[in-house]
Amino acid sequence: MSMTIAEKILAKHAGLPEVKPGQLIMAQVDVALGNDITAPIAIKEFKRSGATELFDPERVVFVMDHFAPNKDISSATQVKIVRDFAKEHRLPHFYDVGEAGIEHALLPEKGLVVPGDLVIGADSHTVTYGALGAFSTGVGSTDLAGIMITGKIWLKVPETIRFVYRGKLRPWVEGKDLILHTIGDIGVDGARYKAMEFSGEAIAGLSMAGRFTMANMAIEAGGKCGIFHADDKTIDYVLKRAKRPWQIFESDPGARYAEVREYDCTKVEPQVAFPHLPEKTKAVSEVGNVQIDQAIIGSCTNGRIEDLRSAASVLRGKKTASYVRLIVIPATQDVYLQALREGLIETFIEAGGIVSPPTCGPCCGGFMGILADGERTVATTNRNFVGRMGPRSSEIYLVNPAVAAASAVLGRIGSPVEL
Amino acid sequence: MTGRAWKFGDNIDTDLIIPARRLVTSNPEELAKYCMEDADPTFAELVRPGDIIVAGDNFGCGSSREHAPIAIRAAGVACVIAKNFARIFYRNAFNIGLPIMECPDADRIQTGDRLKVDMGRGEIFHLETGAIFKSSPIPPFMQELVADGGLIDHIAKTLKKSPAAGAGARTRKK
Ligand code: SF4
Repeated sequence: MSMTIAEKILAKHAGLPEVKPGQLIMAQVDVALGNDITAPIAIKEFKRSGATELFDPERVVFVMDHFAPNKDISSATQVKIVRDFAKEHRLPHFYDVGEAGIEHALLPEKGLVVPGDLVIGADSHTVTYGALGAFSTGVGSTDLAGIMITGKIWLKVPETIRFVYRGKLRPWVEGKDLILHTIGDIGVDGARYKAMEFSGEAIAGLSMAGRFTMANMAIEAGGKCGIFHADDKTIDYVLKRAKRPWQIFESDPGARYAEVREYDCTKVEPQVAFPHLPEKTKAVSEVGNVQIDQAIIGSCTNGRIEDLRSAASVLRGKKTASYVRLIVIPATQDVYLQALREGLIETFIEAGGIVSPPTCGPCCGGFMGILADGERTVATTNRNFVGRMGPRSSEIYLVNPAVAAASAVLGRIGSPVEL
Repeated sequence: MTGRAWKFGDNIDTDLIIPARRLVTSNPEELAKYCMEDADPTFAELVRPGDIIVAGDNFGCGSSREHAPIAIRAAGVACVIAKNFARIFYRNAFNIGLPIMECPDADRIQTGDRLKVDMGRGEIFHLETGAIFKSSPIPPFMQELVADGGLIDHIAKTLKKSPAAGAGARTRKK
């Protein structure tokens, strides 16, 4: 039977010759991921089950990123639970302050995920690794506990929607804009429980960073995963990093899709998602006069070196508008160091911005840039839900890094071409 | 299993299943007292062990709280049948030991109808008319998980039987 990439990866991990959408399977997991919010609960469940050993300490990854460096006593306590557990079980992949970064930028960078993997994380943005041609999805802490013990998880095979992106991208259009445009088109429920398969010549031309951004936001359309076919760019990326062999899967020509949607990228402008849903998108040229108080550049969506380069190229030699706070958050230590070497950090500081250590920080309303009543921010993050970065009256506009940088200079939401 | 149907509509969210104001406890018996309170105030009182909830689209949408399937199970409901479920509710239900089945014909079932459910075959027998409604079969490993009371209890039971079961996977090739 013809299958999609997602179906093939699931069949392989379930040890079955084929799987069909809707089928319930028991699958072997390659990498299980937890963070400082979800791992403590999973550890509690792990202990409650009476388990004493992990299925494979090499394949359990904990990243302390949400409230790290610990912002208060309770976050410090949460991290300590995980740290103690990591020590006790000699976890080789426990990442704490100094080594850590935002989990979904860190795992690919460390070569912990490879094409063909089944990755399950107790964090909804685990979908990010689909950029590498892996099946990757988020679950709750109980499921994580189950995997930590047995190495397995039950899954329902999703249907796949294929998205085809034709034509060349316009200037300043990035992966962020393609995915925002797509979510604007199908809505936050448009891919509910489905695998989103991204393809087409615009995707072939997209950097790995752009693909990570797109896969990252599959969940914002309700997708169970976002997945790309691993091509030469993917192989180039994993060659330098991978610690394990990989396997590349391709969708069969006769594979069945729930739906196929095509986009003409020559018509896609940089996008802005208005409060309070990622589907409320407009082209940047149609935004009108929206004044801002803050600009956040970072997160697992857009905190990679390519993102910082794009923002710095806009900011070089410019200053942020008065009363606009620019906060740049490199997603990992490696990104930070590389940005330092390339002089990007200098550019941000000279432009009037500040640079935070790698952390989720304000993205989920933690710290490092929380908004006041009625304030507005542009952010390169992935969710603009009510109250995510401050009080209910605060507003988040989702944009790409170049638009965030340009907006910081303009003092209102705008495009780099206006500078 | 055989039981009486309780029919609800589309988009039964987690607040209708168990209102947020009742979440001051996580004790299943307490939660059961308020199960479906805002959708049908008589439900908790009149529901009998083995009864079956039947609903339309998107059952369990809303919050990710596990209290919702826990309340339903503790109320004695044997199974929930809906046209489809919200994704998180779907996982939570199995993981706390509440069997659920997707059935496109759920509309054809009314409150009070007697149903016989065969999870393994994915079939729902409508005892009032003799009709058979199709659902996806629940494979044996999932039936076991549900019978053991959910994911962690299932694992705990397996570990007790053979303590090496969990760590056994370590021998896999890298
Ligand atoms: S950066 Fe934001 S979306 Fe990404 S893992 Fe952290 S909190 Fe979640």
